[in-house]
Amino acid sequence: MEPVLKVEGLRKYFPVKSLLRTIGWVKAVDGVSFEIYPGETFGLVGESGCGKTTTGRTILRLIEPTEGKIVFNGKDVTQLKGREMLWFRRHAQIMFQDPYSSLDPRQTVFNIIMEPVKFHGIEVDDPEEFVIRLLESVGLNEMHLYRYPHEFSGGQRQRIALAKVLALQPDFVVLDEPTSALDVSVQANILNTLKDLQKKHGFSYLFISHDLGVVKYMSHRMGVMYLGKLVEVGPAERIFDNPLHPYTQMLLSAIPIPDPELARKKKRMEVKGEPPSPINPPSGCRFHPRCPFAKAGLCDKEEPPLVEVEKDHYVACWLYGKA
Amino acid sequence: MPEPIIEIKNLRVYFYTYAGVVKAIEDVSFNIYRGETLALVGETGCGKSVTSRALTQLIESPGRIVSGQVLYHRDDGSTVDLLKLNDEEIREIRGNEIAYIFQDPHSSLDPLYTVGYQIGEAMEVHGKVKNIKEGIGRAVNILREVLIPDPENRVRNYPHELSGGMKQRVVIGIGIANNPRLLIADEPTTALDVTVQAQILELINELKRKYNATVLLITHNLGVVAETAQRVVVMYAGKVAEIGSIDQIFHNPLHPYTVALLRAVPNPLKKIEKLESIPGTVPNLITPPKGCRFHPRCPFAEERCRKEVPELKEIEPGHWVACHRY
Repeated sequence: MEPVLKVEGLRKYFPVKSLLRTIGWVKAVDGVSFEIYPGETFGLVGESGCGKTTTGRTILRLIEPTEGKIVFNGKDVTQLKGREMLWFRRHAQIMFQDPYSSLDPRQTVFNIIMEPVKFHGIEVDDPEEFVIRLLESVGLNEMHLYRYPHEFSGGQRQRIALAKVLALQPDFVVLDEPTSALDVSVQANILNTLKDLQKKHGFSYLFISHDLGVVKYMSHRMGVMYLGKLVEVGPAERIFDNPLHPYTQMLLSAIPIPDPELARKKKRMEVKGEPPSPINPPSGCRFHPRCPFAKAGLCDKEEPPLVEVEKDHYVACWLYGKA
Repeated sequence: MPEPIIEIKNLRVYFYTYAGVVKAIEDVSFNIYRGETLALVGETGCGKSVTSRALTQLIESPGRIVSGQVLYHRDDGSTVDLLKLNDEEIREIRGNEIAYIFQDPHSSLDPLYTVGYQIGEAMEVHGKVKNIKEGIGRAVNILREVLIPDPENRVRNYPHELSGGMKQRVVIGIGIANNPRLLIADEPTTALDVTVQAQILELINELKRKYNATVLLITHNLGVVAETAQRVVVMYAGKVAEIGSIDQIFHNPLHPYTVALLRAVPNPLKKIEKLESIPGTVPNLITPPKGCRFHPRCPFAEERCRKEVPELKEIEPGHWVACHRY
């Protein structure tokens, strides 16, 4: 099967400026490659500052990539211009984390949802009926048609944002922490809606989150990011059952488990240090200063490549042999 | 029999806003036992933070503590009602015998003072040190205790020179500076990354053991509860829904809200086919639902639930629930 999206060697460096001179680079995303197949959810996890949001935005060219290829339905997005770019903008959508700042407070729900539809020149027979149907598919109804965003709760606003995405019938949606601002009961609701819509319309999702429980629930495959690099990629089930990279192991041992019995039995690993600054990342493997298995002379000198350790399960760590 | 350090009785806190009276806390009663970690859980707006602040009268206008008692049993055997104390008297206890750690370490530290000064100040105002200089000297030891590397130099740092996790360690340092009997941690790790969160929770646990203190942990994260607390109070819409040990709450939840809440959380160690969500939204507390406040969202609601407020009943030893089904 052809992937919907293929990212190859994606890099995004932000300049660090002092007056007029550039004195360094923040390597927010540094050589990331992965594919997303039709109808699949690819989860991207990592701690704040690891570059997961930048990856999501660079893929959509909301931020221009420094280097790398982004192939969407066979076309290299980085080269698109004019009408083709418009086509891309319609078929690849994003849903943001904060439902309070992502909706225009001066527009009614109807206008918010219709604006992109008009912009892309999509023919709609009866706009009201069209919007009502969209609202119903995300769990809202016609009562909400002419209301303003401030009249809605956080969860409802995320639903409006979702209806807006649906209106354009995209192939691919970047979900950037779509439920981080919501309470658990509301979160469950939105996650289920997202899953149902995926089944119905065959969307592909890039699901970005720092919550491992949520990523496991949502994703078919996932990638773990650390300081701008993917350290492990594979089927979500496999990564949770058998995490290979020491960072993934540390992350899994650090998440609190909502079950006292399992929590007591959980394998614990000493969690030390904090993620270093991406301005001057550690040499070699970026995780080596925090890694309990780091080998001097290897891990701090040479960068490990991402290698396939078992079927479809990739890891970038010297523990798993030289490629 | 465990002895209580704090007994909260029929606490009511209302906020008098232009839109109406928000009944944020309605008739809340529970005990905190000496030496335990008690978790207060619930969703946004359920009143968990307001409850914890009301303990030492930290409620600002337009909020008001309408009624209730908070009995504090001191180490020397005497008992005071914290809500009856005047400003001066409560200030002697707050930050001293009862200390707080708040959610956001960026806003709980003053950007204009060094971290050493801020820890020293907390000791100086409670007369634990003669002057600020001695306080800053003692701050080095406190920074060492909260596991900040290189404390001799860090003591001269300003908050912006520290990472989020380090700042939260300083805030904890201020909290424990006066060796509090009760440490109230209000979402202490919500602003932090998971790996840092694990370290901070470990630190709070360790300090609690070392100082033999009691911890009231306020959180919305059920994972944090399961890993750190011994007992749990579940709150919903300004009322206590259920109280029990972590095993009782997680393995035998009784209140329909607790049951639903537990099913809504994705457990990363389990395979979940479908998460269950709670229909509806949290009620407006200006005009809360009559009877049981959960009834509009409850799958088992009957006529009685719409009319009568359920009382908190003890179903098995230590396991209390406010629901008409029991």
